[in-house]
Amino acid sequence: MEFNKEFDASGLSCPLPIVKTKKALSTMTSGQVLRVISTDPGSVCDMAAFAEQTGNDLLEQGSENSKFVFYLKKA
Amino acid sequence: MATKKMALIATKGTLDMAYPPFILASTAAALGWDVQIFFTFYGLQLLRKSLDDIKISPLANPAMPMPVPMPVFVQMLPGMESMATMMMKNKMKSKGVASLQELRDICLESDVKFVACQMTVDLFEFKTSEFIEGIEYGGAATFMKFAGESDVCLFI
Repeated sequence: MEFNKEFDASGLSCPLPIVKTKKALSTMTSGQVLRVISTDPGSVCDMAAFAEQTGNDLLEQGSENSKFVFYLKKA
Repeated sequence: MATKKMALIATKGTLDMAYPPFILASTAAALGWDVQIFFTFYGLQLLRKSLDDIKISPLANPAMPMPVPMPVFVQMLPGMESMATMMMKNKMKSKGVASLQELRDICLESDVKFVACQMTVDLFEFKTSEFIEGIEYGGAATFMKFAGESDVCLFI
């Protein structure tokens, strides 16, 4: 999937993947896609909860090279 | 959708108990919530300019996982608290857990409002110069005003 920006949260624990994802999104414009990479298993549920509460669309999530990958479309 | 609000009361000043208010506040702020933390009693330590003196003690804390079993009379020895704190901080760093300083900075950057309890500031004879800038001083009524309108309200 195409994306405009990438944020690598590998090695970070709660709440940093979410808090820093929010920070990364704040530098983007509406409709742009952010790709987030994380190694925190908790971020799977957290990212969905973040997307639901902030209105940013979680387009896709999966895993690559035993890391978690998320695509968020900025609201 | 109206902005959600969270009101926290932070009453503890140990390393382990310093995390929950800062974690919840920074996360709620990232979710777009309006957040206020009321710091009272030992929680005031979390407003000091330096957080380096925030410690954790194995003493009277039987649930703390220890690398080797340690009798209580050993935990009482001088330096044990500093050692336990150092070990905990190293472990946190190796697991990618944010430092308290980092979480507090994120809270401040994301407009979490910090209110220091004036009564306990006076009780412990703290000086406002010992605390970080940009905080407010107030009492229970100040807290209740915000807490009364909040969606989530926790005592930590």
